[in-house]
Amino acid sequence: MQEVENIVNGKELFKKPEYQKVLADKKAFEGAMGAVNPGKVEEIAEWTKSWEYREKNLAREAITVNPAKACQPLGAVMVALGFENTMPYVHGSHGCVAYFRSYFTRHFKEPTPCVSDSMTEDAAVFGGLVNMKDGLKNCAALYKPDMIMVSTTCMAEVIGDDLFAFASAAKEEDGGEFLPEDFPIPYAHTPSFVGSHITGYDNMMQGTLQQLNEGMKGEKTDTINIIPGFETYIGSIRSIKSIADAFGANYTMIGDHSDQWDMPAGNYEMFAGGTKIEDAKQAINAKATLSMQKYATTKTMKMITKRWKQKESANLNPIGLKGTDEFVMKLAELTGKEVPESLKTERGRLVDAMQDSYPYMHGKKFAIWGDPDFLIGMVSFLLEMGAEPTHVLCHNAPRGWEDEMRALLDTSPAAADCHVWAGKDLWHMRSLLFTEPVDFMIGNSYGKELMRDTGTPLIYIGFPIFDRHHLHRYSISGYDGALNLLTWITNKVLDQLDEETKGIASTDYFFDLIR
Amino acid sequence: MGPETLDAKQKAAVEEVLKAYPAKAAKNRAKHLGVGGPEDESQKTCGNVRSNKKTVPGVMSQRGCAYAGSKGVVWGPVKDMVHISHGPIGCGQYSRAGRRNYYIGTTGVDTFVTMNFSSDFQEKDIVFGGDKKLSKCLEEIDELFPLNNGITVQSECPIGLIGDDINATSKVYAKESGNTIVPVNCEGFRGVSQSLGHHIANDTIRDYVFEGTKPLLGEPIEPTEYDVAIIGDYNIGGDAWSSRILLEEMGLRVTAQWSGDATIKEMAQTPKVKLNLLHCYRSMNYISRHMEKEYGIPWVEYNFFGPTQTIKSLRKIASFFDETIQANAEKVIEKYQPMVDAVVNKYKPRLEGKQVMLFVGGLRPRHVIGAYEDLGMEVIGTGYEFAHDDDYKRTKDEIFRSTVIYDDVNEYELEAFVKKLQPDLVASGIKEKYVFQKMGLPYRQMHSWDYSGPYHGYDGFAIFAQDMDLAINSPVWAHSTAPWDKEEEA
Repeated sequence: MQEVENIVNGKELFKKPEYQKVLADKKAFEGAMGAVNPGKVEEIAEWTKSWEYREKNLAREAITVNPAKACQPLGAVMVALGFENTMPYVHGSHGCVAYFRSYFTRHFKEPTPCVSDSMTEDAAVFGGLVNMKDGLKNCAALYKPDMIMVSTTCMAEVIGDDLFAFASAAKEEDGGEFLPEDFPIPYAHTPSFVGSHITGYDNMMQGTLQQLNEGMKGEKTDTINIIPGFETYIGSIRSIKSIADAFGANYTMIGDHSDQWDMPAGNYEMFAGGTKIEDAKQAINAKATLSMQKYATTKTMKMITKRWKQKESANLNPIGLKGTDEFVMKLAELTGKEVPESLKTERGRLVDAMQDSYPYMHGKKFAIWGDPDFLIGMVSFLLEMGAEPTHVLCHNAPRGWEDEMRALLDTSPAAADCHVWAGKDLWHMRSLLFTEPVDFMIGNSYGKELMRDTGTPLIYIGFPIFDRHHLHRYSISGYDGALNLLTWITNKVLDQLDEETKGIASTDYFFDLIR
Repeated sequence: MGPETLDAKQKAAVEEVLKAYPAKAAKNRAKHLGVGGPEDESQKTCGNVRSNKKTVPGVMSQRGCAYAGSKGVVWGPVKDMVHISHGPIGCGQYSRAGRRNYYIGTTGVDTFVTMNFSSDFQEKDIVFGGDKKLSKCLEEIDELFPLNNGITVQSECPIGLIGDDINATSKVYAKESGNTIVPVNCEGFRGVSQSLGHHIANDTIRDYVFEGTKPLLGEPIEPTEYDVAIIGDYNIGGDAWSSRILLEEMGLRVTAQWSGDATIKEMAQTPKVKLNLLHCYRSMNYISRHMEKEYGIPWVEYNFFGPTQTIKSLRKIASFFDETIQANAEKVIEKYQPMVDAVVNKYKPRLEGKQVMLFVGGLRPRHVIGAYEDLGMEVIGTGYEFAHDDDYKRTKDEIFRSTVIYDDVNEYELEAFVKKLQPDLVASGIKEKYVFQKMGLPYRQMHSWDYSGPYHGYDGFAIFAQDMDLAINSPVWAHSTAPWDKEEEA
């Protein structure tokens, strides 16, 4: 029973003897193997750690277990929230939207506005035109956005709804009451059964830029577009902006959700910050567009370089020292300016820190998973520190990624022991960790069970992160972002060193005060 | 002029909210909003609201889908079975391990609740059909997870649209393998919310678990006169465990939990019990009615939130049994009363008179009212994501005062009601949490107990009281206004 002076929640409550008895007694009615024959559970648990199991596991053709990817419309919602007063609108079932909103909200600890047009069985049969007409009108009336960005769930994709025709019909029927003729409603088809959330980001970004810039081609400006990609680190967007600011560059961050998912307390407004619509409409006239995540913007960048003919555009990846250097040099080239002193100093400080901490990362084996661009940047950084990325796993690896990662790993002296796992999931990773163990894992919250099962310490870097707070507020890009990475990783190594040496009168000679 | 009455303020708020809508939507929403009065016999449902209707498009509903109702709520917590999210990758990923359905087991070996199994549909599966892939999925699961006691196939939207026959595929594989395979046609577009998913899932338990042929592990349960099953408790934060202990203390034997910390064996043998105890009426009344009709097992609704309702429920449950059990129930009530008194004495002075607005799903919009009122708090607004009329009828008996009732409330409405009625605490889900916290309003997630709990039973009530106090009396809310702004005000 609870003691009123010390009320405890389930964590401690269920340790009390009366509850331990409840849990033990319950087993008499259970049919799970653990209740019937615990020895068998141990035996199978051991087997799952074996090379034999690994071979069977890696041979899986159909079932995905513990994935490390999500579906397209999630990325489309992120794009929409990067534009000023823009409501993401998902044409399809509202169940999907409830999921997108929960998912982002759990990561950012921020509200995530997004509507759906609640298609149900009749819409699946007759199409979602009525839903779209009512939905756009209601959304505009209630939330008064300046733009509505339409993406689709797989239900709408399977039945093949025509978004452009539907949006036009909605405007026509509304007659300008809530949806004026020129009200922007960019749309993109984002089928969940193709690619992943980054594909949805790309499709929505490409569709938006194309549609907003139709007929806008004019005088070339000296503006540089910067597209952050599916960026889940608010601080990274700010780091990139501060680098561009240091150059005094004239730039537009296209799809800037850094204020939307980082609102100060005090009062609540549904939308904050974001790329201004009029700026987005000038994207076509910029002198160059820089993508910070090439695999999340493949289609978008193809349009920009091929159709918009922005010759100086480039794909960059400002995670780690070299990636940031390349971004900085690209800006120097595009602005025609020297690298500013402030950045030179910042770089120098980062390198100084790397030279202070290198002994702790050098030679350490890492397993890492996440989105393709994130991995390219992170692995570069690990290599810059002399670490060994033993297992690099990308569930949503696009074409070309595996080769690029392999080439990157081949620059390591430990190349032979560094493995690329494209299209594999986190249950595969479990086998890899048991058979070819590493010192640390870098990944998202889904690594938690791997940490428990294999005992490998997890460094929380990635998306989504649900069970640690505020990491998403920091940067992992630019020199300051690299310093954060260095700090998190090094200190986790040191924490682990303490863990392993704290045994009193046995190992604590190495439990050093100074390191 | 006297102060505006609560009732008048609530009615005005409803009227004002409706003004924001275009005509067609306003007409629809008007039927879902109302003001409930505890004494008002003229009201057919609480506040006369209508429910279980299609959501108005474009309004930011908080509702989920049938898949969420089946995989997320009913089936997902069954621990010794593998549940495949059948279709594209997203659904399973977004719903993974979010509900805190606690269980004891070796995850990945003999239990699987927090894992995510997906058939990860690609374009070719949509074009050519996914039945072969499903077959292969089932095979691979049995090979890699040999201790699973069955597999369910939770359909996502495309399955029903592309003409796949998961029923036939499952049947063939079940016959070949001898395993229990449960196909569930819970595509997200079916129905208007999670609710139909609960119903579909209930029906599949009836068809594949009660009628199952696979031998169950261990000894069969020898029935006793005192066997009961807990139905509709998902063991969020351990709720079913803090309920179970009370039932066992009064001499009953809980042979099954549905479906938090459940095994298929417990469910399969439930038709042997003497009484079904139904906590979440909405999601599991179907199977309870079935067992009543088919096996003659009576069922009784109960409420283990807060001491007033817990005491009432213990007595109601005991009334189905002999005098020994009835006497035991009194002993249990007596045993915990001093603790309850101490909890109330400790927290009531800190919480008394604080007003609360709720918006949750299932049973909580009415069931938790008593727990707040036991602490002297006043619930002034409540509503359900996916209730039916019978839920709103039951709500009428649980409210204490004029209460604004909002069915399938959306972001706009809830924000407007909160701004107008100014409660001291909002208790709802994750999607709304940070909206209200930004406004400086104390907030508790009432789907997941905000990563605390359990809240059921006497021990749970103590935690509930402590958590509400934590939320309302935390110093953090006072920091929203900066000192320079405070000076300006002065």
